[in-house]
Amino acid sequence: MAVPMLRWVGPGRRCALAWVDRSSRHRREAPTGSTSNGTREQSSVAQQPLRTAQKLRKGEHKWAAVVGLEIHAQISSNSKLFSGSEVCFAAPPNSLVSFFDASLPGTLPVLNRRCVEAAVMTGLALNCHINKKSLFDRKHYFYADLPAGYQITQQRLPIAANGNLMFGVFVGSKRSHMATRTVRVKQIQLEQDSGKSLHDDLRSQTLIDLNRAEGQLRVDANISVHHPGEPLGIRTEVKNLNSIRFLARAIDYEIQRQINELENGGEILNETRSFDCKLGCTVPMRDKEGKQDYRFMPEPNLPPLVLYDTASLPARAQPQQVINIDQIREALPELPSVTRERLVQRYGMLPEHSFMLLNEVGLLQFFQNVMKETRAEPKTVTSWVLNVLLGYLKHQNLAVSESPITPSALAGLLDLLDSKAISSSAAKQVFEELWKGEGKTAVQIVSEKQLGLMQDREALEQLCQSTVEGHPRVVMDIKKGNPRAINKLIGLVRKAALNRADPAMIKALLEKLLA
Amino acid sequence: MWARVVRLTVRGGLGGRQAFATKANPQRSGSINADVIKHLERLALVDFGSREAVARLEKAIAFADRLRAVDTDGVEPMESVLEDRCLYLRSDNVAEGNCAEELLKNSSCVVEEYFVAPPGNISLPKLDEQEPFLHS
Repeated sequence: MAVPMLRWVGPGRRCALAWVDRSSRHRREAPTGSTSNGTREQSSVAQQPLRTAQKLRKGEHKWAAVVGLEIHAQISSNSKLFSGSEVCFAAPPNSLVSFFDASLPGTLPVLNRRCVEAAVMTGLALNCHINKKSLFDRKHYFYADLPAGYQITQQRLPIAANGNLMFGVFVGSKRSHMATRTVRVKQIQLEQDSGKSLHDDLRSQTLIDLNRAEGQLRVDANISVHHPGEPLGIRTEVKNLNSIRFLARAIDYEIQRQINELENGGEILNETRSFDCKLGCTVPMRDKEGKQDYRFMPEPNLPPLVLYDTASLPARAQPQQVINIDQIREALPELPSVTRERLVQRYGMLPEHSFMLLNEVGLLQFFQNVMKETRAEPKTVTSWVLNVLLGYLKHQNLAVSESPITPSALAGLLDLLDSKAISSSAAKQVFEELWKGEGKTAVQIVSEKQLGLMQDREALEQLCQSTVEGHPRVVMDIKKGNPRAINKLIGLVRKAALNRADPAMIKALLEKLLA
Repeated sequence: MWARVVRLTVRGGLGGRQAFATKANPQRSGSINADVIKHLERLALVDFGSREAVARLEKAIAFADRLRAVDTDGVEPMESVLEDRCLYLRSDNVAEGNCAEELLKNSSCVVEEYFVAPPGNISLPKLDEQEPFLHS
């Protein structure tokens, strides 16, 4: 069903719309930075020739893809955008519908303050310019789940515009290096959502539930290709994408399809397509012949939305009736970019690690709790949290909150490692044990399984001595100058020590013995 | 809706008078060609049906066109007639809903608690078919 625009979807509510780099009028800004030589890494395209950079024919121009996203995100509020109906999940059909939501004649929209605040917060978080005056419009089209025949949106002058978002991506042939990318946010608008249609093909009918549309987050992608320096190409819109993975695959496919089409002398139609996730390809959508004319007009029942800041706040205004942008800005929680910068400064962390810590819910908190309780270096803690802990969690598809290892437990383990009471390989074993979640501490496990490093230097010296005596040929090898021969001796001593000796110490002792 | 129609054919009257010459009616001032009618019928789901109805439309546009008699040079257009009013902000409380039974009574066709609609949009008949399409 046609639910255009990025919206901050709210069931029947208006949602703010984050419009990323996209214009409904076919105007477009410069590419987002994803330049494609006819191929993209990790592209899993089905059933069409994939052209790699190496296969470009001589003299062929590079292709650049331009992608704009329309993101519909639902506002978290108690009631709807323009009515006092409740917002909640899984309610009986049409039970969260007021007379206005059902578009009964004579009903009027009444704007929800919380939704405006949420839109301003989003705009501020995305570095947008907040428009102190924004307008509501009607966008007309016919569909059964849009009983009014139009949707109230903010087409002419939305609440926020011209923002940006910075994020990290792994680049390079092994995706090992993180680079930051910035994407522009064209605008954010508050918008009404439609109802939900359930198609009953058997009885050739559609069942309509006006509680809310599906999904708290929906994305439509607008894609075109062109040669850099030339005008932008015709774009297609791909709808019905409900996961990040499908979004990526659909975009990859569509870019490839357009390139192939154009290189074979074909042309791209300005059409709407959907993504067939089973086949992994985009297909034209029926029911969408020709270009839509939405006949935008100002919403006659809503005056302009005026926002204030501390300087412009009217003297005798009722607090409930005015929204102060400055106040909202001050109440914002710390933004991720600020947190990441703080981590980098405070712990000397690599930026990519700061991204990883923030990208997993609860992981930053976990990390900080470990840091509070351990003496270990931040680098060590970072490494164990991001590589070991996160690895285990991902492997078993667990959230951080479900981790069988608590921050305290990990802190205990890292303390042992830091004081050289155990080797790093022993530490991994201890981690494995802790993961079982039996409530034992690292210290207990080390003691039970005798994983502690030998602290008795003399005993170790003796072991080294006996190993040297027992392997004269290896010793000769070493004395001949073979640099790798000593590793064999180290290995032998370790084995003899039941893996409880620090290899570095062994090496030092051996070298002393053989000098 | 009429205002929007006016904007379509009359090139938005910002900044003074303009000649009434658009792509939509090359023949003579005040007449609308069949393509535009077809387009409007599709968009608004109305049926002009007769030459008389189209003539009425043309008269309505001509009537609205008299706005051009006003010199609007240097005058900012209004957003709406409400633009000086304060937009009332409602607190985020639940105060409505829970009237499914009442609402469903309005519908001729209901399945359990759902409204029933035809599957998808019904496409309009083609130009050569004479059946008028009526929006229920």
